[in-house]
Amino acid sequence: MSEPAPGTNRLRSAPPLIFESGSPGRSGFFWPEEEAKIKDPIPGGFLRNDIPGFPELGELEVLRHFTRLSHLNFAIESQFYPLGSCTMKYNPKVNEVVARLPGFSLLHPLAPPELIQGALELLHDLERWLAEISGMDHVTLQPAAGAQGELTGLMVIRAYLAGRGNPRRKIVVPDTAHGTNPASSTLCGYDVIQISSNERGIIDAGKVEEVMNEDVAALMITNPNTLGLFEKNIQAIADMVHKKGGLVYLDGANLNALMGIAKPGEMGVDVLHINLHKTFSTPHGGGGPGAGPVGVKAFLGDYLPVPRIVRKDGRFEVEENCPSSVGRVRSFFGNFGILVRAYTYMISLGSDGLEETSRMALLNANYLRKKLEGAYHLAYTAPCMHECVFTDRLQQKHGVTTLDIAKRLLDYGFHPPTIYFPLVVPGALMIEPTETESRETLDAFAEAMISIAREAKENPTLVKTAPHSTPVSRLDEARAARKPVLRWERAKTESAQLSAISKKS
Amino acid sequence: MRYTPHTPTDKEQMLRAIGLNRVEELFNHIPSSLTERSKISLPSGLSEVEVKKTMGSLAAKNATPQDWHFFLGGGIYHHFIPSVVDAIISRSEFSTSYTPYQPEVSQGTLQAIYEFQTLICQLTGMEVGNAGLYDGASAAAEAVLMARRIQEGRRRVFLSRSLHPQYRSVIATYLKNLAGVELMEVPFTKQGGTDVEFLSRAMDEKAICVVVGYPNFFGIIEDLTPIQEACARIGSFLVTVTTEPLSLALLKPPGDWGADIAVGEGQSLGIPMNLGGPGFGFFTCRKKFVRSMPGRLVGETVDSEGRRGFVLTLSTREQHIRREKATSNICTNQSLCALAAAAFMATLGKSGMRRLAEVNISRAHEAKNRLVDEAGLNPVFSGSFFNEFVLRVEGLPQRLGRFTAERIIPGVPLARWYSELQDSLLVCVTEMNPKEEIERLVRTCSGN
Repeated sequence: MSEPAPGTNRLRSAPPLIFESGSPGRSGFFWPEEEAKIKDPIPGGFLRNDIPGFPELGELEVLRHFTRLSHLNFAIESQFYPLGSCTMKYNPKVNEVVARLPGFSLLHPLAPPELIQGALELLHDLERWLAEISGMDHVTLQPAAGAQGELTGLMVIRAYLAGRGNPRRKIVVPDTAHGTNPASSTLCGYDVIQISSNERGIIDAGKVEEVMNEDVAALMITNPNTLGLFEKNIQAIADMVHKKGGLVYLDGANLNALMGIAKPGEMGVDVLHINLHKTFSTPHGGGGPGAGPVGVKAFLGDYLPVPRIVRKDGRFEVEENCPSSVGRVRSFFGNFGILVRAYTYMISLGSDGLEETSRMALLNANYLRKKLEGAYHLAYTAPCMHECVFTDRLQQKHGVTTLDIAKRLLDYGFHPPTIYFPLVVPGALMIEPTETESRETLDAFAEAMISIAREAKENPTLVKTAPHSTPVSRLDEARAARKPVLRWERAKTESAQLSAISKKS
Repeated sequence: MRYTPHTPTDKEQMLRAIGLNRVEELFNHIPSSLTERSKISLPSGLSEVEVKKTMGSLAAKNATPQDWHFFLGGGIYHHFIPSVVDAIISRSEFSTSYTPYQPEVSQGTLQAIYEFQTLICQLTGMEVGNAGLYDGASAAAEAVLMARRIQEGRRRVFLSRSLHPQYRSVIATYLKNLAGVELMEVPFTKQGGTDVEFLSRAMDEKAICVVVGYPNFFGIIEDLTPIQEACARIGSFLVTVTTEPLSLALLKPPGDWGADIAVGEGQSLGIPMNLGGPGFGFFTCRKKFVRSMPGRLVGETVDSEGRRGFVLTLSTREQHIRREKATSNICTNQSLCALAAAAFMATLGKSGMRRLAEVNISRAHEAKNRLVDEAGLNPVFSGSFFNEFVLRVEGLPQRLGRFTAERIIPGVPLARWYSELQDSLLVCVTEMNPKEEIERLVRTCSGN
């Protein structure tokens, strides 16, 4: 691996803020004059005269501004992006074409159901297909994201238990869980009990037995967990939870490891959510929009949020009157545009393609794990599923940390893995290659990682001061948090510039 | 397979490198009781040609404004979107990147979101805004949750009945499991606004906040002064919810009315209707609340060489750091939709936003006058409105068939949410409804 290109250049420098360019009176919008028949339809006291600070730019200026900004981003279509637990797989282009068909993108949610039968059919099919893949009985597509899915799933559990007389007070969450699990539990009115995983990185049934009592509403478990390990005691764990009248919630963030391999519904799971922006290829968009459908076993079906899509005499209807339902968690029909993309992905691949997806995700992860063993310390030695977790233990003796390794990877043109997560692994580097990467890409990434391990030994400063080739170098995050500047303001920016100039001189 | 590049040779060599012979050995550590019934039973995969055909026929079963005359609003609006907006959000550098946790290679997203935060503050007249939430309804729920966190010890939340009914439902769902919060409903007046007299009587020092629509679900522009005064007297927060943010280009913004928290749905700003999602929720408030805010925030800083740069900041509020003590469980910000809104607002700019809003006002008011004067329909409310209004159409359910025959969707019947508003129709007219459509609506309403 040759040295990465040094320094930045003008081609990849940040443009001024959109508020710092343009000219008064300019606009990228034209609308012909229309005769206004009604004079002053709205009383003056309800009106404003100006939107102070708003941009005044031409269309090309706007386009160039954002195009130049885009050049400052790493993205799946330009870089390998092995972020653990995020499943940064290829986002097929055909999904984008389909989602933009007017028959999907121009639908109004309050149109009469008989005029959106195609959309309702899609929603109905997608619910059934997700149920089939996950081994659940009913699915709601309402939640807008995984975290909202978690909240919805916990609400379902709470409503069910309350219906049986006692909603209970606690949720058990392993120390390897995503941060959303405990946060969602709190939002659902539950206290969190954290349990630790064993020395092999998974949960022992005995550990669950210790904390399980009739005050525990549910156990939230991620399988494969965030260490990329299959929780093989899950059935015994589920039995333990059920014996005390609790339910089992599965965080399905890692479903990409399971399609055609094992169904959560067969593991004793009662409720799960699925991240369509992970397993089902919808683009991450720099942080959303995603979708977080929730699947449940039959006995919980009545508690799912409204609306429900029901089929009656070959027609699809929207049912809002569901007395046991937890209610509404999102407006309208969830993130429909994302659901269309996921559906397109599923009909493109079919059963065989989805099964092959998970298999190749496992193959790629295990291959990469093998290649990096030796150069990096592997947190757990058990076979991995779709992702693997290394640490910076071997590099620390040279003063090089996970953060340094991550930043140095940027110089090699790779997005770093997820770092410092899960929390149970100090200095974690969590790598999820996904199935859409070729062997050559994995080899190149492994080579870069090995090269960095060598640099850490021979020239640690190079690694510790990385990145050296990105549009900006390491950013002062402490300063950002200490005195937050969360928006542009004319005066402030000008005075900041002035003080910057005076400091330099 | 379509999206997996592995050749048989690749598989064989990769397996050999791992020390295995067959792909199945990759998961033989999973108990067989869990793997034996794992087969997925779905249709077989399709070629791209077949995919497009299948999806095309599903799409064709839906009514769009290309073939129908839509007068539908109620929280989702059909507006003009400049072509540059889709060009920008289709750039894969934006659409296929992840949350900007590595700021050195995410300045594009970070600066754009910083600009979005600024634009949304300018539009709402508020001091600070976050990077976006799921939708207007969950933004409203998060606003109430934040008010509750700050107003510790208080317990009553007042929701105007003229607030979007689905938003009221979502707020109720979010609050249901949290101890010590009471939801109170405030009726609306003949003008279609929140009943301030009722509110003043009902509110006391236990009030956390009052939540009102601006414009509200009936399209009415509420006079927020008496509501704000009623709130200020007892230290309650005023929360405004805007489902049609285009209106704020012309209307006195929530910040100028003295709102403490102003939230809403951003779909109207450059995002297609998409059957109601994805759009994004916007969330703005007073600067002093910033450390209690939900969701992501992008802040300005400098790099090691003193250059301006942007990072996600104040993340100690968030779930990935604070876990069960986080201000919210939210993890994403509908980032690409926020980017679309930033591109939309930047393209229209100061004068374009106002112009577009003016066209809405002018067409909507003309349509309403004609429906009243020529078609003889009765307005239900007397308050001022932006681009939506409520009319009474005698025997509405029986007359809908006639509209369908004319390929008109005349509005949203309100009876499903308001038993007191039988035969009432929420009609929305935007710049996308040309004069001929309005003419046709008036004609169809005139014939009995």
